[in-house]
Amino acid sequence: MQRITNKNQVNALEARLRALLIRGLEGEASAYHTFLVELSAHLRAFFRKRLTRLPDEVEDLLQETLLAVHNQRHTYDIHQPLTAWVHAIAKYKLIDLLRRRARRDLLTDPLDDEMDILSSADSEAAEARRDLSKLLDQLPDGQRLPIVLTKLEGLSVSEAAQRTGMSASAVKVAVHRGLKALAALIRGHS
Amino acid sequence: MKTNDLVKLLATGEGSVDRHVIARRYTVALSVGVIAATLLMLGMLGVRADLAEAVRLPMFWVKLGFVASLAVASLLAVLRLSRPGQQLNGVRYALVTPLLIMFLLAAIVLINADPSQRLALLLGSTWTQCPLLIALLSGPAFIAILWAMQGLAPTRLRLAGTAAGLLAGAIGALVYCLHCPEMEAPFIASWYLLGMLIPAATGTLLGCRVLRW
Repeated sequence: MQRITNKNQVNALEARLRALLIRGLEGEASAYHTFLVELSAHLRAFFRKRLTRLPDEVEDLLQETLLAVHNQRHTYDIHQPLTAWVHAIAKYKLIDLLRRRARRDLLTDPLDDEMDILSSADSEAAEARRDLSKLLDQLPDGQRLPIVLTKLEGLSVSEAAQRTGMSASAVKVAVHRGLKALAALIRGHS
Repeated sequence: MKTNDLVKLLATGEGSVDRHVIARRYTVALSVGVIAATLLMLGMLGVRADLAEAVRLPMFWVKLGFVASLAVASLLAVLRLSRPGQQLNGVRYALVTPLLIMFLLAAIVLINADPSQRLALLLGSTWTQCPLLIALLSGPAFIAILWAMQGLAPTRLRLAGTAAGLLAGAIGALVYCLHCPEMEAPFIASWYLLGMLIPAATGTLLGCRVLRW
């Protein structure tokens, strides 16, 4: 009995999300927004269950996956079950993350505790006082400009796209990647 | 960046999505592949002199049909593997059936032939060139198809690379049919197949690196 209700719930959810995405693909922004919000909740639960030992990675991976869903939404065949499409993308991004981590762990120096001792000199306090513009300068132009235009000058995505000559999608990706890179820079300096 | 902000960012200012991106990319890739292979073949090898007589022989069409059916089957596989979450299912049979028929034909020819003739039937007179020339003619298609696939979303990269390579190989072999003088089933079942498998294997090896997204 339990299983039947679950199955019905999943089917109803599939139908609902699929309808939202199809309306989104036709250009209805509010439907697309609802689709992404609801999808985020399901993806977050999906990743949390599978990344119990890496809880800090869940949100990052979720964002990567949302970006992938967005950028690859032209590969969704409207006759195909939405769940299969989303699941394949989520699994692909999950495996990609685990593979990257495995590679990095192999390369990580096991002696980094000793390195920590050396790095905690007094001069670090001064280096930590970098302001945003210095950090921004370290980003490549393609990421810095979209961030400056949309986040500091307050332009909309389409205005920033016009100003830079990039497509709106490219601006969105650049803002996301740029902010991520900035966060990494700040972490690196603290 | 908070996830809610990202969602808002992604959802604003998007028009409708072009549904025909996949069809358009592969139309471009296949056209480039076929035209480039034909030009290469005309420039380097030339059409076989007896083409007008050859087209009257059933074996010419068996050969062409074998390669064409592999091309269609691998195109179906490529299209499915370009979208996340699609299974190959029946396409597997479409890929295997022409191979089995060709092997069967080759076996029948070899069994019925005089034992002293068997090796000649298998090697023909061009077995050293045939696989390499097919692989060479498939080169432009190989690059074009991988380009088309890169803009889409394959999730099984190795398999997608194999299918892309096989499709390129079949295009190369299809064009090579217009030059190649060999007409015996054992030759086609071995050397044509080997020629198509060279780009397929290359695709398998390159898939993980080239098709990542």
